[in-house]
Amino acid sequence: MLIGAVLAAGLIGAVMLLVLGANPLTGYAALIDGAFGGTKNLANSALKAMPLLLVGAGITVAFRTGVINIGGEGQIIAGAILSTLLVLALPDVPRLILLPSAFLFGAIGGAIWGGMAGALKSYAGVNEILSTIMLNIIAVQILNLLLRGPLMDPGEIERGSRIPHTERLSGNADLPILPGGTRLHFGVIVAVVMAVVCYVLLFRTTQGLRLRASGHNPFASLYAGMSVKRNVVLAFMYSGAMCGLAGVTLVFGSEGHRLATDGGATTFTGAAGFNGIVAALFGGLHPLWTIPASFLFGALLVGANAMQREVQVPAALILGLNGLVVVFVVASLQTRVRLAQIASRLRGEEQADLSLSDEASSAEAGADTS
Amino acid sequence: MSDFFTATVLLATLASGIRLATPFLLAALGETLGQKSGVLNLGVEGVMLLGAYGAYYATLRTDSVLIGIGVGVLVGAFMGVVYGVVTLALKAEQGISGIGIFIFGLGISDLLFQKQVGTPTPIDGLGHFSIPVLGDLPLIGEALFQQNVLVYVAFLLVPALWFVINRTTFGLNVKAVGETPEAADSLGVSVDRTRYITIIVGNAMAGLAGAALALELAIFQQNLTNGHGFIAIALVYFGAWRPSGVMAGALVFGLIQAMVLQWKTLGIVVGTTASIVGMFPAVLTILVLVVVSRGTGAPAALTRPFERGH
Repeated sequence: MLIGAVLAAGLIGAVMLLVLGANPLTGYAALIDGAFGGTKNLANSALKAMPLLLVGAGITVAFRTGVINIGGEGQIIAGAILSTLLVLALPDVPRLILLPSAFLFGAIGGAIWGGMAGALKSYAGVNEILSTIMLNIIAVQILNLLLRGPLMDPGEIERGSRIPHTERLSGNADLPILPGGTRLHFGVIVAVVMAVVCYVLLFRTTQGLRLRASGHNPFASLYAGMSVKRNVVLAFMYSGAMCGLAGVTLVFGSEGHRLATDGGATTFTGAAGFNGIVAALFGGLHPLWTIPASFLFGALLVGANAMQREVQVPAALILGLNGLVVVFVVASLQTRVRLAQIASRLRGEEQADLSLSDEASSAEAGADTS
Repeated sequence: MSDFFTATVLLATLASGIRLATPFLLAALGETLGQKSGVLNLGVEGVMLLGAYGAYYATLRTDSVLIGIGVGVLVGAFMGVVYGVVTLALKAEQGISGIGIFIFGLGISDLLFQKQVGTPTPIDGLGHFSIPVLGDLPLIGEALFQQNVLVYVAFLLVPALWFVINRTTFGLNVKAVGETPEAADSLGVSVDRTRYITIIVGNAMAGLAGAALALELAIFQQNLTNGHGFIAIALVYFGAWRPSGVMAGALVFGLIQAMVLQWKTLGIVVGTTASIVGMFPAVLTILVLVVVSRGTGAPAALTRPFERGH
């Protein structure tokens, strides 16, 4: 079923390639070779998959709690900014302390940005899809503001070129390159470990049970004495923290080792905040299945660049086709059943569940003490 | 700041505010119609991008703004058919499939622009059309009645949509389908057919909104809309599913944009402060949603797929 979604999107992509005057067979051959041909390409695919996995695994936590987080872009930026600020402030701290602290700050930045959407949803009834999109726009503007202002590389100001990026960040915060002669770095390990952490959180802890119960049946959760509101905020914070970590890997694992912007909507993120959603949906909203799914979509993105060189069709095609994959996956039967629960929650959002939980929170306080 | 508070500048700001409100208004009216029938379309942004690119490219190639507008509408209507099949025939969850349409539009409009045009080439935008007599009125004539044709179309659609929803059989069907599809179905109203019509018309309006934006700016670039479509969805909540309320919201956003642009021109905001004002519409949207969050007047069957016998 899921493979069918990719094949259908691929078929439509082939038609588009034909219309744009490119040979689909040559194009797709270049794509597959660019993605999977040889150690170097495989390593690049894994690198591209890394932020998708962090974002995607985080998004499974939000989805399972019954909320849709499409604020990955903003949360990545928030995490990147906060960790960059830390490293700029304390460049001489030894790597063993600085690097973990950078990850921690990134997670906090993402959690704050995600938590805002959660709080808006829980305590002000704001639709999270709209609020996260708006928070994305705000984050991009803050990034532009900082990189064109106080965080701009002093060298750029001196030369007068004024390219909006920071100075080369402290080498103590560089993500170590893994042995093997590829560009693979430590961030890939962080991503896989964190995906497992998400799995454990969701399926092996009481907290995860509460989150999933909130997503599965908010009414029952309320009667069981849980605070659906608090769970929604928490889910957004977890999800945001994962995106924040993706921001850290994108900055400190980048070739330039700096935070940069092109002023546009998707800056250094490479639209990972959106592509991560595709990976999560494709992975059946399961953190562990999101690992191979992210690798597949990371590989497609890397392959798209090879295709662009071979048949001169811009790599943006893959982002477009990813949108179709989302549509097809959601339209497929098995996903539909799973999403029906989330849909029922979305329907009820303006009705009883959130207003009820006010009364239920006192009940929960009682339950906690007992 | 004192430069801003002169009659000429204020009237110029009002005029451009009305113009800038047009894309919001067109998209939000289309979304209102869809939601009235119980279908939430979160793909507006993507459809706007595709409509904007279609209109831009057609105008660039043919030098005809009218053909550009037509292409924008057709692209939107086509996406409406796609979204209709996905949500009605396949009964896909509306929220997430809308996001899929958004990502699709974001990627494909960028792809086509890079492949077919490459460097941003300006086009001749919409000319202004002065309404006889009204356009000659002192002071407000220039601001209100010397606009481009899409502005008039958008604002005339406000009473038109109100009339269709509240005074026609079709509108009655739309509301019935959006509130209690089971009851509508039992009375012989085809739920799917009604929703197909509202989705296709609504998306065509989103395509037109994109065309209005591209022709107003006379340019296309990656992610040209930058949140316009999502703000339009917020405006539907803001307007409480009433065309007049939606119009008020669109005007607020248009005027704020115009004010910001005017401040940039006058040098009241410079350099990095431009980023601060750039986030203003997004902040305002969140504030608006906080205020109107309780969603009074939302169609009862919004986002709920209809299946006979359920």
